[in-house]
Amino acid sequence: MKILVCISKTPDTTAKIAFTDNNTKFATDGVQWIINPYDEWYALVRAIELKEADPSIALHLLNVGGADSEPIIRKALALGGDEAIRVNSEENDSFFVASQIANIAKEGGYDLVFTGKETIDYNGSSIGGMVAELLGNTYISHATKFDLQDGKALVTREIEGGEEQCQAAFPLVVSCQKGMAEQRIPNMKGIMGARTKPLKVVEPIAVDSMTSVVSFELPPAKAGVKLVSADQPEELVRLLREEAKVI
Amino acid sequence: MSILVFIDQADGHIKKASFEAATYGAKLAAQLGTTAEALVLGTVSDDLSTLGQYGIKKVHTVSDASLNKMDAAVYADVIAQAAGQATVIVLSNNTTGKAVAPRLSVKLKAGLVSGAISLPDTSQGFVVRKSVFSGKAFANIAVKTDKKIIALNPNAFGTETGAGSAEVAAVQASIPASNVEVVAVNKVSGEVPLSEADIVVSGGRGLKGPENWGLVTELAQLLGAATACSRPVADIHWRPHHEHVGQTGLAIAPNLYIAIGISGAIQHLAGVNRSKTIVVINKDPEAPFFKAADYGIVGDAFEVVPKVIEAVKKIKAS
Ligand SMILES: Cc1cc2nc3c(=O)[nH]c(=O)nc-3n(C[C@H](O)[C@H](O)[C@H](O)COP(=O)(O)OP(=O)(O)OC[C@H]3O[C@@H](n4cnc5c(N)ncnc54)[C@H](O)[C@@H]3O)c2cc1C
Ligand SMILES: Nc1ncnc2c1ncn2[C@@H]1O[C@H](COP(=O)(O)O)[C@@H](O)[C@H]1O
Repeated sequence: MKILVCISKTPDTTAKIAFTDNNTKFATDGVQWIINPYDEWYALVRAIELKEADPSIALHLLNVGGADSEPIIRKALALGGDEAIRVNSEENDSFFVASQIANIAKEGGYDLVFTGKETIDYNGSSIGGMVAELLGNTYISHATKFDLQDGKALVTREIEGGEEQCQAAFPLVVSCQKGMAEQRIPNMKGIMGARTKPLKVVEPIAVDSMTSVVSFELPPAKAGVKLVSADQPEELVRLLREEAKVI
Repeated sequence: MSILVFIDQADGHIKKASFEAATYGAKLAAQLGTTAEALVLGTVSDDLSTLGQYGIKKVHTVSDASLNKMDAAVYADVIAQAAGQATVIVLSNNTTGKAVAPRLSVKLKAGLVSGAISLPDTSQGFVVRKSVFSGKAFANIAVKTDKKIIALNPNAFGTETGAGSAEVAAVQASIPASNVEVVAVNKVSGEVPLSEADIVVSGGRGLKGPENWGLVTELAQLLGAATACSRPVADIHWRPHHEHVGQTGLAIAPNLYIAIGISGAIQHLAGVNRSKTIVVINKDPEAPFFKAADYGIVGDAFEVVPKVIEAVKKIKAS
């Protein structure tokens, strides 16, 4: 069995969000880059657990990004996985990235593609579904549990208003979220080992993007908090009813 | 040349977020000088003609019971068949929308804006604003394809109703077999689903232990609210995982979010900063949450919340 885990590079969760070049670019000065948490904590760690249970599984990581993605790819390899592939390109748009992923997935004959449920910068929650459609494969989104059973996948996923357990045959694309696995910290052996694991760089296939970012904006600043004395909860309730009109 | 709004349903009822999508679709149709139609999959007990009140002219139905189960591949296939000449497809960016919209985007070669929050600017092309950086910023996205798909963030646009009744008609579609076999379904019943709640009451580590959650649940019940919690609270199993909101949990946008004993870490805010009104109750005046709040009380939750509960009871009784 071959598993491909898609990892993206995102700003650290505490990064200051600001824009430059006339609000057309994210200001990267002083920003720490991390593996998108959904990709790392849930997709990658669960895939590593599957491989630990069955060492015959081939586990490959994939990133579409420039050379500046390599530190996060190495960090992912320090957690686990046999090798990584980087498609050497800017991210253009979701369809472009999904097309690159689908191309690698098809050529490599992967049975299972894991993505995170969304990136914490673009919040697209789109790439998993696009990859599945491009491959003509089954797509299970928002997975909170994933197991192998009798050659099939047994998955628990979030649906509107609850969750369901379902079964599907491979090949499969699954988007992962909380519940799949517990966060891991890479150990020294992993970090040393990651240095010599193969990281293949391939050029992108030609794809026309469907969307583009015109500009960014920051939300208007909050007016500031209105404090109510701890002895006057009636005043809070009055404000919520009469001023904010929310209760 | 029309707008098609996909209406999501569960257990025979239209999801709240879909009324918003309908409102959005109707306004977009007015903007583009066309009409908005809707598509409903599965068996629905609600009166679909009432979608006319949201501005929908015609509702197409494919009322096959197999469609009561959501499978992204099947839904995208059937929506694509029903879409016909529609130039813009609108759906809610809820769990269903997130599963279906990207597949549909590839199938129809239609550029997708997920997490949209406003009507497009069509003065130069077709530019839609979406939420990015987990609610900390917006991006204006140009869609370059002829067909477009807009997945609207729940509670970002609101609903508007007027007079009107939609024509309801069955549409022919061939339904592909699903490759996903559902083994068990576990619906959160009785409670208000967190993703759809107008009001959310949330607790953090400041509540000291699960035995004190009565404060949160009682206030929530009084307000008809859903309950939520910070990540450590779910991690130490004081509350179930599905209540965890924030960067790595659920992102919500209720009209009112009441945070009790939560510090307001940036990762927590990322999941709740789209709330219309935020109330913070925290004993530490320096808690970062106050900077993101509209209203606040500096005080001990164990003293303040019971008093707030009494005050709400009074106002509800009057
Ligand atoms: C990558 C990453 C992702 C994360 N994702 C999330 C996420 O999705 N969601 C999330 O919530 N967190 C997330 N976190 C964790 C986050 O950084 C905070 O640690 C967490 O939100 C703190 O939870 P808390 O406010 O409940 O607890 P604390 O930080 O311990 O705060 C408790 C608060 O309660 C107050 N308090 C104490 N006693 C009382 C009392 N008697 N009455 C009133 N107030 C009282 C204190 O003043 C304090 O402000 C993430 C962290 C990282 C690094
Ligand atoms: N540049 C990228 N390279 C590899 N995988 C990616 C990339 N961008 C997004 N993904 C994957 O797609 C998922 C969803 O991303 P998005 O649709 O942008 O929210 C992420 O959680 C990743 O698993």
